[in-house]
Amino acid sequence: MSIVNESEVSTLKGAMTDYWSRVKAGDIGSLPAVLGLVVLCIAFGSMSNVFLTPGNFANLLTQAAAVIVIAMGLVFVLLLGEIDLSAGYTAGVSGAVLVILITNQGQPWYVALIASIAVGVLLGFFLGTLVARLGIPSFVVTLAAFLAFQGILLLLAGEGGTIRVEDETILAVQNSNISPIGSWVFFIVIAVAYVLVGLSSMNARRNAGLKTELKKLWIIKTAGLLTITGLAVFALNLERSNNPDLVSLKGIPYVVPVILLLLVVGTFVLGRTAFGRHIYAVGGNAEAARRAGINVKRIRITAFMICSGFAAIAGMIFASRQNSISPTTGGSSTLLYAVGAAVIGGTSLFGGKGKVRDAILGGLVVAVIDNGMGLLGYAAGIKFIVTGLVLLVSAGVDAISRRGNLTP
Amino acid sequence: MTTALLSLRGVNKSFGPVHVLKDVDLDVYAGKVTALVGDNGAGKSTLIKCIAGIYHPEDGDFFFEGSKVSIGGPRDATSLGIEIVYQDLALCDNLDIVHNMFLGREQKRGPVLNESSMEALARKTLDGLSVRTVKSIRQTVASLSGGQRQTVAIARAVLWNSKVVILDEPTAALGVAQTEQVLNLVRRLADNGLAVVLISHNLNDVFEVADNIAALYLGKLAAQVDKKDVEPRQVVELITTGKSVGVQPPASKTGADK
Repeated sequence: MSIVNESEVSTLKGAMTDYWSRVKAGDIGSLPAVLGLVVLCIAFGSMSNVFLTPGNFANLLTQAAAVIVIAMGLVFVLLLGEIDLSAGYTAGVSGAVLVILITNQGQPWYVALIASIAVGVLLGFFLGTLVARLGIPSFVVTLAAFLAFQGILLLLAGEGGTIRVEDETILAVQNSNISPIGSWVFFIVIAVAYVLVGLSSMNARRNAGLKTELKKLWIIKTAGLLTITGLAVFALNLERSNNPDLVSLKGIPYVVPVILLLLVVGTFVLGRTAFGRHIYAVGGNAEAARRAGINVKRIRITAFMICSGFAAIAGMIFASRQNSISPTTGGSSTLLYAVGAAVIGGTSLFGGKGKVRDAILGGLVVAVIDNGMGLLGYAAGIKFIVTGLVLLVSAGVDAISRRGNLTP
Repeated sequence: MTTALLSLRGVNKSFGPVHVLKDVDLDVYAGKVTALVGDNGAGKSTLIKCIAGIYHPEDGDFFFEGSKVSIGGPRDATSLGIEIVYQDLALCDNLDIVHNMFLGREQKRGPVLNESSMEALARKTLDGLSVRTVKSIRQTVASLSGGQRQTVAIARAVLWNSKVVILDEPTAALGVAQTEQVLNLVRRLADNGLAVVLISHNLNDVFEVADNIAALYLGKLAAQVDKKDVEPRQVVELITTGKSVGVQPPASKTGADK
């Protein structure tokens, strides 16, 4: 019998009150993003008869993909309480390296991809070193890099301004789909793996004599998640071509498994490794982390490298979607959308709080606003204003919940 | 008296022209609470930072379990089993109790954190300290009260089979009930066989839990005495004037003063 008086959560009602008290204490996590997504989908679905079609759904995923991947990388830097304003153009520069290596140098796609990610990681190392070793605020370092990387991209893109990419593998990422049968196989494999990992970690805790999550709750959550994702796979497997006899469009876009892989890797690193734990620690209290023997500078530099590495992958996704790289790739609203995605998803700008999945939820919210308002015929100006407001509101929620969290 | 677990002999430390510690001797005993008292600027913090390996004294010897040791850095102190709980506690608010207790020294299975074993060990440690006030050891430290945070910081210090735990003003920011809780915990640490050094300004606290009182005055050890042999009035005199009628100054010091 344990002496620590563990509050027993043995009923669903108990779990709900437990969750609600955490929400009230400021630990709201992804709740606003999920609610926002539902409300937005209902609103746009009722106003536009195109919004809820399978074709638009697939379109939305490919529109959101690059921003989501940049945002996933940004989570690592935001967790430290830092920011990377240059991530958009890091994607542009890395994408340009990729396309130049393929188109101008005739390299195979995988060589070019590895090289472009290496370039991204190197840029991140450069940024992280300036922030961690010299102590220049990340805001200034990456603002300077925002301009400088834009310049590098201009120089790389050259006179013509646009470099086309014709490699089939790279183009397939954003332009092709897994076959419907393959999509279901993919879904089932992922679902089985998810359930097995969940069950085995619950068993491990029970064998160690520790409190486990209420099984009923876990079943409901898992079933809910699998139903929603299953419906999404079903929708994506419907024919969405206007002229199916000419060209058939069915199945999950290849970019989805790419994002899923990054999600699994990122979540594993942040949640299950000492390195991830140290990122949270540095973001929560850098001095405490230092005294606990954590190499704070190394953690900071590595986080910037990861962020820029993710941006490089986003560069590949841009190249695939635009079939080319231009001097504006990764520019204009890309970075702000990515920061917005992470923050809307529940990652704190103050550091120490956030998850990789936040980037996906928030990225979908941003994409839904962009896509839905576009379908309703609003001007780009209105879309920017609304997205800006949504970002402001989520940053406000973040600030207020942090204040609630700090008062004991 | 039994031999001391940790003994300091003739420790000197200067910062430039300022001579902060002058030939300080200190004895810390296993199973006892040694209170370190002294006015602001008397050198209490400097002394514990020398023990922690953060500062390096110019001269002076450290004896641990009877043999001479050198403490060149924080890691040396940690490997001897000396842990310090600083006044600001150095906890990460966004992490839960288990994470904080193992921060920087996480247990791993391959590359993966071994959460189950860390949680079990954290719970065992808290149980061993008879901590009953924490609702769940998976709640974030941000949600804890001041006394509970202090408890977590102390539990972290004893987690590593440490032998000496140094507490820097553990009750300074706490209310009456929480102070009582923490003092009880301090007493229990000593009863479990640890050597405890308690730095405090509050003589009530000192007389409540300490076995042994060492008073610093302007960088010198005014006296280290058994609690039973002194009254609070005499300790106040030691703190404010460096001497008190009826209290022997430390014997080894009389000739050594320069």
